[in-house]
Order: sequence, then structure tokens, then C-alpha cells
Amino acid sequence: MDNLETFRKDTHAWLEANCPPEMRRPVQGEEDACWGGRHPAFQSDAQRLWLERMAAKGWTVPEWPREYGGGGLSRDETKILRQEMRALNCRAPLTSFGISMLGPALLKYGSEEQKREHLPKIVRGEIRWCQGYSEPGAGSDLASLQTRAEDKGDQYLINGSKIWTTYADKADWIFCLVRTDPSASKHEGISFLLFDMESPGVSTKPIVLISGLSPFCETFFDDVLVPKANLVGKLNKGWDVAKYLLTHERDMIGGMGSTSENRSLGQIAGETVGTDNGMLADTALRAQISAYEIDAVAFRLTMERVGDMAKVGQAHPAVSSLLKYYGTELNKRRMELVMSAGGTDALEWEGERSREGRTARAWLRSKGNSIEGGTSEIQLNIIAKRILNLPSA
Amino acid sequence: MALVLNEEQTMLRDNARGFLGKNAPIAHLRALRDKRDADGFSRALWKDFVEMGWAGILVPQEYGGLGLGYVEAGVVMEELGRTLTPSPFLSTAVLATTAIARAGTDQQKKHYLSQIVAGDLIATLAVDETAKHHPEKTAMTAARAGNSFKLGGAKTFVIDGHVANLLIAVARTAGKPGDTDGLTLFLVDASARGIRAERTPTVDTHNAARLTFQDVNVSADNVLGRIDAGWEVLEGALNAGRAAVAAEMVGAGEEAFSRTVAYLRERKQFGRAIGEFQALQHRAAHLYCELEVTRSAVLKALQTLDSSFDRAGAIVSVAKGRAGLSATLAVNEAVQMHGGIGMTDEFDIGLFMKRVRVGQELFGDASFHADRLARLNRY
Repeated sequence: MDNLETFRKDTHAWLEANCPPEMRRPVQGEEDACWGGRHPAFQSDAQRLWLERMAAKGWTVPEWPREYGGGGLSRDETKILRQEMRALNCRAPLTSFGISMLGPALLKYGSEEQKREHLPKIVRGEIRWCQGYSEPGAGSDLASLQTRAEDKGDQYLINGSKIWTTYADKADWIFCLVRTDPSASKHEGISFLLFDMESPGVSTKPIVLISGLSPFCETFFDDVLVPKANLVGKLNKGWDVAKYLLTHERDMIGGMGSTSENRSLGQIAGETVGTDNGMLADTALRAQISAYEIDAVAFRLTMERVGDMAKVGQAHPAVSSLLKYYGTELNKRRMELVMSAGGTDALEWEGERSREGRTARAWLRSKGNSIEGGTSEIQLNIIAKRILNLPSA
Repeated sequence: MALVLNEEQTMLRDNARGFLGKNAPIAHLRALRDKRDADGFSRALWKDFVEMGWAGILVPQEYGGLGLGYVEAGVVMEELGRTLTPSPFLSTAVLATTAIARAGTDQQKKHYLSQIVAGDLIATLAVDETAKHHPEKTAMTAARAGNSFKLGGAKTFVIDGHVANLLIAVARTAGKPGDTDGLTLFLVDASARGIRAERTPTVDTHNAARLTFQDVNVSADNVLGRIDAGWEVLEGALNAGRAAVAAEMVGAGEEAFSRTVAYLRERKQFGRAIGEFQALQHRAAHLYCELEVTRSAVLKALQTLDSSFDRAGAIVSVAKGRAGLSATLAVNEAVQMHGGIGMTDEFDIGLFMKRVRVGQELFGDASFHADRLARLNRY
């Protein structure tokens, strides 16, 4: 216990000394976060500095082993680091699908060479990754994907297309599901490949969403050659890797519902609907907001409890479906309340006052949370079958 | 602190589950109901609780108790919720013990807590006066008369009010209904002249009573805590009770849910198990999530009562608010998914619905706690 308390004190002091003041404000949307990559678009010097300092300690991914560039911290130390970062309002220094999705899959299924090649670059934010899963004909039914990889000696030849590839146009590498055995049953002939997005034959086309933003792309592969050394796990066994990675993706998306915002919803609403004796003048809205808050606190504690249960081996392997389902539905509810609280101010789409319609765009973006990474309905299917053991039709 | 039970707490849970499953299953509640038992609980079973140390679970060791915390009391409450067992555990071991242990003089603690540990005293908190929980609206008066007070007024829904030996009565010594200042707690002998108790059996076959106080004489020595400044002690005892009831609702809600899931697997219609239907699968999966999320809040509330008792108000409201709603959803879905058989008295599932309705109302329903949380967060 003493060691942990010392670690807490040292960590607090280090963060206090090294986290620039600009990095102690909440991240305002995805475009305000630091994504790293070959051609990083830093929003400020502070953002670059914060990434460099944290990466040097391996604290962009504190729980990964030191040999792969991570911080080598225990679960308890990692929890303390996160608590102290929260206490000082420190932002995450790096937002990365390499950290939240590919890394855990590589640690479990990657070869030693693959881990040494890719993990340290993820820690330092040098390579930005995207995920090639969904296809035009394979959404919730992901395993029916058709992108082909043909055996060409020591390389694979890739043809096909992906859709909803998050930031494919900004990514350096892709982790991609491809069909390597078209004659096998649909879950069997799938493999998990890594390749460079600068490879000849790769092209991307951003998709404009209802928010007016384009975080997702269509991605096309025309005769793309990929070295066989880039296969992760066994040939035709990519579905196992894919499912494992999805549980991490679900944790990440579910966690988005608990992003920290300086002002509470109640205070935001107070500015537009007014207050009466210190209470929101709109009593129906007040009741909805406090009911939401109760659920949000309980959900945050559930994420914490699931982490604590994992530590002692009590967490159900499918519990990420609970977090994904509940967290995203909660976030959609929150954004509806943000819009109600904002009233007509929140409807402005352009201009400085609304910061180019940030609230309205964030509200619209939130609708995708319960679709991406497996819809809410898919999560409920998983919970019903794997946790509740209800019979299959 | 990790949001999981430690080894000792897990052992307590397993022991309690084993004991109650064997000695106080739902048939125990039915037997008390069907013979219209005058006490409304089994004194023999309470004696077993006393022997296992449960009556003094929260009583400090120096007064002979187990000296355990609210997490442990919550573990027992949750198991009582699974079996719907009526007992004075909530009134005596949680509410009254909390108030006395936190506000009593050394003499009061020695006198009352040791009797509670020994099973010689059933004690309860007499607070509510209206059909909805509004402790600050207390109107019962306590007028100073020399070295004593004269209590006058009426209390409603006093848990175990007709069998308690000791009443911790909340009365107004100053101010007006609505003020949190001016309230005082009194340790009142239930057999004192001027007290009338009317047993009001509730829908769930648990104990409650209406009490009237007419010129009840209480010595100033029997003031619990400080005169006019009882609010903080009252809120503390109520928070303990709220978290305990929330734990009970987790137990009752989960038990109703697991019986329902078992039924979905075995009940056949249209030639297949009804649990194969996605319409029911999704509702069951959603309910599972609600119950799990509630469990996190309830455990955190109990842990917070142990680690920083005076700052537990907000998380207790989160826990009690959620527990009421998710347990209500659980029992409503349970009856609906059981279909016609769920509506019969012979089948147990309806008993869970009745208990949860009472638990939802006790010490503030979900709306009360949503309002309280909004106030605490200043909006």
C-alpha cells in the first residue's frame, strides 16, 4: 500500500509539472483530440509537448509492457495514474485506434516481430491506424464480408472495398478483415491483415454524414499487394482476432458516454431556461436531467466495477456488450438533453457564436454511437445468448 | 477501494444465502401471512439472526457488536431481498443502530446498543408523517416542560412500529414544518403513556404502523444528539436506511429476474422455448444491464457510508433512485413474462412485485432522490 501511495504522490507531482495548462481543459470533440500519425496535425505546441512527454514515459499506454514501449504499470498503478489525471483535468495525450483496438489484439495474437514493430510506434503516436471491418454488404452481419485476399506466393493480393472506415483518409496503416478461403463457411475463411495505406491500389473517399462532418470513409482496394508476414494470428482464423478486438472497441465506444464536461447539464440548462429559487425553472427538464445524471453516475461506477472485477477474474467475457449498449444509449440521451437545454441556440449550424454548430453536430454524431462497433440490437443479442444463456432460435 | 466484495464479505454473503434459503425461504413469508401472525415476523428466526451477530452487525465491538460496516449490512439486506424475509433487521440493526451509534452519549450507547446486540430490544425510527417522504416537513411537536419534553403528533409508516420497544421519534423543538433546523431526536419507550400504535399491514406482508403521541413525557436525558440540531443525525440514519433498502431491492430485483430467465428457458409456446423470441431476449438483456448498473451504484453507496459517512448523500440518492426504478422494471417484466401464472397468488413472483413497490416508496422514491440530487448539484 505504501508503494502505491508513493507512486500516487510522485505521479501527481510529475503531472503537475509536465502537463501544460492548455491540456487541462476538456477535449472539445474528436477534431480537438491528438491523433498523432506520420503527418500529425497538432492543434498547438502544448498538444505536441504533452504527447512527447507522456510518450517518453510510455504513459500514453501505461499498462502495456515496457519492452513494447508501454509504461509497464500494474493495474493499480494505471488506475492511480488515471485518477490523478482526472483530478488535474489532464487530457488523454493521444487518441488512437492503435491503443484502444489493435494493440490489445496484437498483444494476444501478434508474433513477437509484429509486436516489436508496431506497438512502440503506437505508444509514441507515430502511426495512425484505421479499422477495415464493415463492407457495403456486411454491417451487423459482419462475417459475410467479401473483400478477397488471394495467395500470390509470399504476398496476398487484395481486392474489394470497406465502408465506415473511421478516418481512413488520415490513417497511415489499416488492420483489415479479408476473406482468404471463399469456400469455407462464413466465419471460417476470414483472416486478419495489416497493411500500409500508402500501398499502391488503396484509395479512400470520405462520406458526408448528417452532422456535415466526415469521420468515415469508403475504402477501396484494387490489386493491393501485402506481405504474408503481415498476417496476424493463423490463416483463416481471423474471426477470433476480430471478435477479441471488437470487445475492446466496444469498451472504448461505451466509454465515450462518460466524457468529462466542465459544466453539468443542469448548469447549461440554467443559462437558457432560467432558475427559480436556485432550481431550474423548467421542472420537467430538471427531472429529466437529474434522472440522466443518476444513470450517468451509476454507469461510470459500472465501468469502474467491471475493471475491478476483471482484476480478480470475475468479469464475464461478454460484459463489453453491456458497456457498449448502455454507454452509447446513455450518450444519445445526454445529447438530446444538451439540445433541449440549449434550445434554439443549439440549432445554429454556422458561425463563431455556435463554433460552427458544434452542439448540433455533436448531437447528430452521437446517433452513430449505437450503430458503430455493433448496433445496440447486436449487443442485446450477445447478452441474451452469452450471458443469460437464452436459447437460439 | 475496489468495487467488489472482499473475501470476508463474499463469505458472509454465501453464509447468509445458505442460511436464509434453508430457514426463511418465501414459504416462511407465506406462513406468517396465512396465519395472520400478530408480530409479523418470527421471533425464533430473529433469535438466530442475533446468534449469528446480525442484530449487532453495525454495533461497534466495544458495545459487543460485530463492528462491521454498511457493505456487510447491505450484503445481509440483499439476501433478505432474495427471500423476501420480514425481520427487524432494517429497523433495529440499521436505522436505530446508526442513529444511536453516531449520536448517542456513551451511556445511551452502552444501554441501548448492548440490548440490541443481545436481541432484547427492537428499535425503530419514527419519522414520516405524510404519505410521501418529506422528513423536513416534520410537524410533531416537542414542548419543553422543566427537565422533560411533551411530544404531540402523529407518525405514519413506522417500520416495525407495533412491535418495537424503543422509538426514535423525530419532533420539532423549534421552527416550522419545512425547516431542517429545529428538529430533535428522542429515545422514547414505546410503552410510554400517551402512545397509541395501529398496525398497518402493508401490501407486501411486512410490518408498519401508524403512531399517535399525545402529551408523551420524555426526559431531557433521552434526547439523542443535540436539541434543535437533529437534522444531520436523522439524514445519516436515513441515508443508511436508503442504502440498505437499495441493497434489498437489488436482491429482490435480481431474484425476480433470475426466476424469469429460467422461465424463459423452460416455457414452451408455438413449439419452442419463449426465450428464443428476440422480443423477449432484448427485454431480458436490457433488464440485465439495468440491474448490473444499479448494483455498481449500490455497492459504491455502501462503501461511501463506510469511508466518508457524512459525504454519502449524493451517491445514496443515486443508489436508492436507481434501485427503485430497476427493481420495479424487474418485477413488472417478471409478471408480464410469466403471463397468466404470474398473476396468481399461488405463484411467488407477485410477492416480489409487492415488496419492491414498498421498497420504492420507503425513505424517498426515485423522484424524491432525483430532486435531491439536483439540489445537491445546485440546479
